[in-house]
Amino acid sequence: MTPYLLASSLTEPVGVRHFLVVGAFLFICGVVCMATKRNALGILMGIELVLNGANLNFIAFGSPYLRQASESIGLDGQLMSLFVIVLAAAEAAVALAIALNFYNSFNTIDVDRADQLQG
Amino acid sequence: MEAPIYWPSVFFFLFAGLACAFALAVVISPNIVRMAFYLVLSLASTAGLFFLAGADFVGAMQIMIYVGGTLVLLVFGVMLTSQDRFISMKTSTFDLGVTGVVGGCFFLLLWYSALSVPGWRGLSIEQATAAESQLQPTATQLGMGLLGVRVDAPDHSGYLLVFEIISVHLLVVLIGAAYLARARRRKTLAVE
Repeated sequence: MTPYLLASSLTEPVGVRHFLVVGAFLFICGVVCMATKRNALGILMGIELVLNGANLNFIAFGSPYLRQASESIGLDGQLMSLFVIVLAAAEAAVALAIALNFYNSFNTIDVDRADQLQG
Repeated sequence: MEAPIYWPSVFFFLFAGLACAFALAVVISPNIVRMAFYLVLSLASTAGLFFLAGADFVGAMQIMIYVGGTLVLLVFGVMLTSQDRFISMKTSTFDLGVTGVVGGCFFLLLWYSALSVPGWRGLSIEQATAAESQLQPTATQLGMGLLGVRVDAPDHSGYLLVFEIISVHLLVVLIGAAYLARARRRKTLAVE
């Protein structure tokens, strides 16, 4: 097992694991973005990054070029990622409507100020 | 003897580097407008990765729906809420440091587990060339799969029910979003 990725990697095809590392990085960026941003729209952008990382994993596992075609999950991965894209669009529409409502009623977009339900 | 460069790998590292760098820029930048722009670039680079993995239709959909639709929606949200004091909201360095360390540890864990499965290594060059020679576009197969007929793997089930549920779900969500975001008379609910 090679402990690092870049060893002689430009001369041979990449594998599923390379895509998984990129997907993991996008996921972590999204989670950190969700945890640290104070702007509600910044949190939405973090969610988009997380969904994108998951999508990348689906595509990688469904690809016939990254490992033996008999092992890959085939077209199911691409169909799943299509569904994820559509659901992300729906989620963004609703979350944006909620954020705009919040902005209209409280005149701020800072999520730290959304503490009315706090006991 | 020097082995020849395998160009798809070069492009993989190019797009992967762009996607990761812009995702990191989204996290680091305190300016919401720049964050939206970096997110566009990161998602577009990911579409390049989709093309490299042979998912041509999904890559095109990523650009059209995600970059062309969802992110335009987000940019509209940014414009509608862009008062001066909300453009640039700093998070405390302590928070950023703590989440960075936790996230970094989690990323190292995922990296290690991704590398530890032998079946996830790449193909050899011969196998990859053989797979490329059977290249075919996926749009027809995906469309048939959504309508319930799997031409690529006849023993797998189709996705007609999911397709219908997602269509109704989209309709409900869009009506709900339009209802939630409708213009109304300004209530003076200022909780200041």
